[in-house]
Amino acid sequence: MAVANAPVNPDHLTWQGGTQPMKVGYGKLMMWIFLLSDTFTFSALLISYGLVRFSFPTFKDVIPDMTYKTFELSQQYWPIPERVFESVPFLHGISLPLVFVGLMTFILIFSSVTMVLAVEAGHRKDKADVEKWMLWTILGGFMFLGSQAWEWAHFIHGSEGGLTLANGAKIFGANLVQNEYGPAAFADFFFFITGFHGTHVLSGVVLNIMIFYNATNGVYEKRGHYEMVEKVGLYWHFVDLVWVFVFTFFYLV
Amino acid sequence: MGHSVENSTERQKPQTKELWKVFWILLAITAVEFIIAFQISSDNNFGKWLKITLFILLTFVKSFYIVGNFMHLRHEVKSMIWTIVIPVVFVVWLLAALVYFEGGYIGSVR
Repeated sequence: MAVANAPVNPDHLTWQGGTQPMKVGYGKLMMWIFLLSDTFTFSALLISYGLVRFSFPTFKDVIPDMTYKTFELSQQYWPIPERVFESVPFLHGISLPLVFVGLMTFILIFSSVTMVLAVEAGHRKDKADVEKWMLWTILGGFMFLGSQAWEWAHFIHGSEGGLTLANGAKIFGANLVQNEYGPAAFADFFFFITGFHGTHVLSGVVLNIMIFYNATNGVYEKRGHYEMVEKVGLYWHFVDLVWVFVFTFFYLV
Repeated sequence: MGHSVENSTERQKPQTKELWKVFWILLAITAVEFIIAFQISSDNNFGKWLKITLFILLTFVKSFYIVGNFMHLRHEVKSMIWTIVIPVVFVVWLLAALVYFEGGYIGSVR
């Protein structure tokens, strides 16, 4: 720890005016403010999804006799997520609703834990531990991105049977104009919301790699503190937090 | 010896018990969400809205743990906590109010 006669505020926590608002470093406070603005963006996206979804008829409005068990996809009404997202890699043809997104959720929560362990190791100034946990976090990030790539590929490619339209034409998979799962807006929102989140994950992985690189080269050891790990950790947890909401509003509700 | 003010040498013990506890809580809540998704039928209106309510509540419980413990917000000073929480509360209020009072309009113009 620091020497006995150390000032109350360590150097990196003192702002140029000499005081330290809210007892956090400048960079950390600004990261919080940035995340706050990002919260607004994602809440706008999710609330638009909710509004558009409920402005479309449900399958019960169109075909009152249909139940969740006998549900069939159609462009006339909004799909139910457990019948769209029911595939898992290597388990072709088996209906496993929401299992794969459950796995993705687990991966992201787990990488959030390894991130917070890296932050904790940074508080102890334990270089080896920071490296170890950052590496796990990066691995988790890549696993999530890989899963999402598969999910997108599968969504775009579509099912074997496709969807037969009223005029006899068949459509497979999804693009921005039409898709076999439901109204065009469904796939549009899927691409935009999970894509925007995936972009955040990608930049998070890049930031994590930079932090890992710096930590390994002893940059933070020389600097005397690991606050950078904390700042990027905030971002990474936020990405996890957004996924928790996307998971609820896109896949569960 | 003695003159060194280096922070290194003796390795401090990791304090990670609390963090792993939060991980298990988050995992358990997600598992509960899965059980709700497949055990409560959405075929009637009551079940449908019960599910939606439970999902949203559980999501907020999860976000409380992530923001509070992982992002460490509950251990910051009070003014810091409110700086983050109040704008979020206002936004949720705004969105909920807009959807509640104006949301029907989108149905009448489609």
